[in-house]
Amino acid sequence: MSEPETLTVEVNGFPTRIWRKGNGPKIGFLAGFGGLPRWVPFLEELAKSRTVIVPSLPGFPGGDRGHTVLDSHLDWLLAVRDILDQAGLAGADLAGSSVGASLAAEVAALWPATVRKLALIAPFGLFDEKNPPTDPWAQRGDAVPGLMCADPEIWKALKSPPEGANSIEWPIEQVRANEAAARIFWPLGNTRIEKRLRLIKAPTLLLWGEADKVMPRAYAEVFAKGISGDTTTRIIAGAGHLAELDKPAEVAREMLGFLGTA
Amino acid sequence: MKLMWFHLMPYTELPADFRDANPSVWVDIHSSLFDPKRAHLMYNDFMDELEYAAECGFDAICVNEHHSNGYGLMPSPNLIASSLARRTSDTAICVMGNSLALYNPPTRVAEEFAMIDVISGGRLIAGFPVGTPMDTCYAYGTNPSQLRQRYHEAHDLVVRAWTEKDTFAFNGRFNQQRYVNIWPRPVQNPHPPIWVPGGGSVETWHWCAEMNYVYCYLSYYGYKAGRATMDGFWAEMDRLGKDRNPYQAGFLQFVGVAESRQQAFDLYGEAAEYFYGRCLHVDPKWATPPGYTSEGSQRAGIESQVKKAADSGVRGKSTGERFAGVARDMDAIVENGYVIIGSPDEVAEQLREVATQLNVGHLMLLLQYGNMSKDLTRYNTKLFAEKVMPKLKDVHASWTDHWWPQPMDASQRAEISAFVPKLAAE
Repeated sequence: MSEPETLTVEVNGFPTRIWRKGNGPKIGFLAGFGGLPRWVPFLEELAKSRTVIVPSLPGFPGGDRGHTVLDSHLDWLLAVRDILDQAGLAGADLAGSSVGASLAAEVAALWPATVRKLALIAPFGLFDEKNPPTDPWAQRGDAVPGLMCADPEIWKALKSPPEGANSIEWPIEQVRANEAAARIFWPLGNTRIEKRLRLIKAPTLLLWGEADKVMPRAYAEVFAKGISGDTTTRIIAGAGHLAELDKPAEVAREMLGFLGTA
Repeated sequence: MKLMWFHLMPYTELPADFRDANPSVWVDIHSSLFDPKRAHLMYNDFMDELEYAAECGFDAICVNEHHSNGYGLMPSPNLIASSLARRTSDTAICVMGNSLALYNPPTRVAEEFAMIDVISGGRLIAGFPVGTPMDTCYAYGTNPSQLRQRYHEAHDLVVRAWTEKDTFAFNGRFNQQRYVNIWPRPVQNPHPPIWVPGGGSVETWHWCAEMNYVYCYLSYYGYKAGRATMDGFWAEMDRLGKDRNPYQAGFLQFVGVAESRQQAFDLYGEAAEYFYGRCLHVDPKWATPPGYTSEGSQRAGIESQVKKAADSGVRGKSTGERFAGVARDMDAIVENGYVIIGSPDEVAEQLREVATQLNVGHLMLLLQYGNMSKDLTRYNTKLFAEKVMPKLKDVHASWTDHWWPQPMDASQRAEISAFVPKLAAE
């Protein structure tokens, strides 16, 4: 697995990392809870047949402290739109997971021409009192890996510092990713995205880990019913909330099958 | 120096198996453990105790704000303070304090504090804590990523509301208010002294030093652990070229005084173990909302752990994290200096050392803690006032306290009629 090409753009004055790898039609990916502190097998799978472009979200790994100037939901959406434009993703297919999926859906709703087809893995944004999501910010430290992934070791490996990493800054960056998610979604994860789903005209793939312990699977139906474009829902066996980490090949296969490979 | 009497108002009847049977004293403590009729008696006992401390001659009586917990029953310390304003005459009233970011609009804090200051004739100390993670982020749902920015903005709004003569528009990042013009205005000019409780964060040291506010370390871990934190504050003061006036600092200390050390150990052991065992039993899941601890403090905390520094247990740690590592049996509680016990002479000697070593002019004393009875609380309070207080009055005598309330002249103040219930009087 070779490293991607890394570009840096400026978003609201903060340096923001953009990964790029592969050939063929572009597909953008917005990472889930915790962000991507390193390149992962799922992206490698996509890069086999597509040009994968992965912009960091503000405050998430590679996104510096960009979250600190975003106070409202509109601030966030404008920042994401800016990042996608700078990454050359306007008009391309867009995928996202978890918190990133929620923002991808918002962009597709507000700027329909920006997104060709949409693929969402267990997006944040809804809250049903009778079937609430798990609170990802009220967890004992040792409970988080098993909450995010069906196989906790995958999350631990993602978050452990690589050789040569700064032993002080690395853990601070991982906390910052959780803070950035909190800044958008605290306290319930409810951004009232339900009201905007009808604006999504793009054909949309909804993926859910069979063993997602964060987002209730019933929310997939709310997205499917709310979105105006055609939707397809697939459940990924053996996967947790961040299904793309647990089952990279399966998630990539579903996505490429829906979006097309060339 | 100033000796202040602080009440946390703990619920005193948590069951003996509380730690084992319940995940947390804070945030999601079960309502079935709360008996309102018992709490009626507790509140009235606690307010009696605060009034008694004022009668005994303590310089101030102190209350604070917490939410959703059995550790402290004061979601609104202002309610208690307003009652104390009517039932005391010369004692300073320290509200330590109002968690600024939790009030919408924060103008409410400016108003209520001004009310207490006016009712009390200018005796208020205005405490501005950020608030614990449990109170602010979980019980009140404030976004941890915005908490400190909101706190600072609310501070600016409150100070302007107290001091600007004309109606003004506040155009903040989080608060927008077209017409700010509070009535009443505080008695104290330009406003009540501002004190800030901190947990050892670099930013708070700097802010207090720069703003000329009192920095208070409300530690439950005694002066040994507190030393590094107070040293950090004084180092920041030195760096900014400010006086080391001990009155710009406050420190909280648990005390149990008796005829002898052994008697104190026997008398206060149960209450101390109740506090450290049950009142600090916080589920670690409520300890670290991301963003609550600033990155500067996280960095200092990690560096402190790497160096195994004396303050590695507290630096960069949130309140809940500190609670988790606390000692819980009386031997260790005393050994670690959490609670200072002894005869009046022994207690005075230890407190003199605390006040001089930490260079603090305001000692906030917890003489009631845990399930300590009203009788024992009065005993502790009275013995302290009579036998310990006189031995400490000369400490820091060469310094002037610029951060103490400036009340109205006694001759101008209202006469408060004694409370005589009608039925009892007839």
